[in-house]
Amino acid sequence: MKRIYLDNNATTQVRPEVLDAMLPFFREQFGNPSSVHWAGRAVAGAVEKGREQVAKLLNCSPAEVVFVSCGSEGDNFAIKGTVEALRDKGNHIITTKVEHPAVLNTCQALEKQGCRITYLGVDADGMIDLKELEAAITDQTILISVMWGNNETGTLFPIEEIGAIARKYKVRFHTDAVQAVGKVPVDVQKANVDLLVLSGHKIGAPKGVGAIYIRRGTKMTPLLHGGHQERNRRAGTHNVAGIVGLGVACDLAGAQLEECAAKMKRLRDKLEQGIREQVPEIKVNGHPTLRLPNTLNVSFAYIEGESLLLNLDMKGIAASSGSACTSGSLEPSHVMGAMCVDVLLAHSSTRFSLGPETTEEDIDFVLQELPAIIERLRQMSPLYNRQGKPLTCDECRVIRSV
Amino acid sequence: MYTEKVMDHFSNPRNVGEIDNADGVGEVGNASCGDIMKIFLKVEDNVIKDIKFKTFGCGAAIATSSMVTEMALGKTIDEALELTNAAVAEALDGLPAQKMHCSNLAADALHEAIKNYKETHGA
Repeated sequence: MKRIYLDNNATTQVRPEVLDAMLPFFREQFGNPSSVHWAGRAVAGAVEKGREQVAKLLNCSPAEVVFVSCGSEGDNFAIKGTVEALRDKGNHIITTKVEHPAVLNTCQALEKQGCRITYLGVDADGMIDLKELEAAITDQTILISVMWGNNETGTLFPIEEIGAIARKYKVRFHTDAVQAVGKVPVDVQKANVDLLVLSGHKIGAPKGVGAIYIRRGTKMTPLLHGGHQERNRRAGTHNVAGIVGLGVACDLAGAQLEECAAKMKRLRDKLEQGIREQVPEIKVNGHPTLRLPNTLNVSFAYIEGESLLLNLDMKGIAASSGSACTSGSLEPSHVMGAMCVDVLLAHSSTRFSLGPETTEEDIDFVLQELPAIIERLRQMSPLYNRQGKPLTCDECRVIRSV
Repeated sequence: MYTEKVMDHFSNPRNVGEIDNADGVGEVGNASCGDIMKIFLKVEDNVIKDIKFKTFGCGAAIATSSMVTEMALGKTIDEALELTNAAVAEALDGLPAQKMHCSNLAADALHEAIKNYKETHGA
């Protein structure tokens, strides 16, 4: 069966160049870079090279890069490390309602410990209001934590403008850039970012490695205590092979950014256009233009997301859904909720996220299979009448009140 | 996540559709996860002679709807009333725990349809 992978916002395939670079560090170059002997010395340089490669992509100094295990660890470190370090300055954090759970759940945990959190809302396109952000800042505000690109809808926040606001009020600024790195230009100087988190497995490196940029001079309390690795910022033996892989992935992302982004955007737009032409009663979720070039989130009225995902999977197509039934929670996506997407449309929101390997043929195949799947599921849906005509709003309301 | 039987009923659902002039219609929904099931019955001499369903929901919701129609067809309405959501799940060789709560409403929809039949036909 043909296999088409359109779930690159969940994770990406390890790129061949990345794997080739990593393999020696599982074999002959197995030392611990903290060791002084030949085995340790042999790999210490590899860790520093990886740091330089990450720094080059972000436009910062290698000394400002700290390796972590994943995006979630990086976000936890950025937020908790700031709260601990700036405890005597204030306890107020500003974030948004559409952040990744790595940020939202961290903020909620801190709220229980006495922090005050402002969760900014978004409009129907998933965009925040900068005036609202600025108005939320108080003399107790110690951190603004706002994602660069949304993982579900791809909506891109105006990071440079937010950075300017943070600078104006001397508030620390963290951005979860896990989805943005490798897809759009990410420059920590231009964006006035103090803390930025990226994850290896979203850009063709393996799972289990990520990095946090910490602007020089930024006081942080470590999350992990132990050895003196990473200039005392993060204890724990280095994931040398992972760091090597992350470095190569960053090199590739930087070198191919423009070309890859243009290709993904062209194919993403073709998919969107094809769906619009062939499938009635859909809603594209996310900002129409300020969106990650690889991300398309569509709600298909009258059907439920998991059913669609399973049907796509039976055709070899991997995508993702904001449906409650795929998440283990009974609530549909919090991002759709914050955007005030109708609850039934939220249950059917489906994310197609392209990668550098996505081809024209992949998109053609999806456009060939998808309309029939939607039609079949709609014919099975009590929200869609048997003449194939949608129910009126009143009829839907009656059913939904059941 | 799903058993082979669940996937079989999800991929090839039995008795999908509506019945014109149905003797009983039952509809249930789960406000939390949004699943909605509607079951249509044709009853003759207290026996379910035809049964159809329409479902808005996940894989488990569609599979349980399909399975309950197979289990109820040919049964008397009193026998059908004894079918439970747990029995439907068992017939499918089990469902993931969270689906038991959010998507296994099929027997409830059947019971509603029988209740509607009894109310409208004085049975």
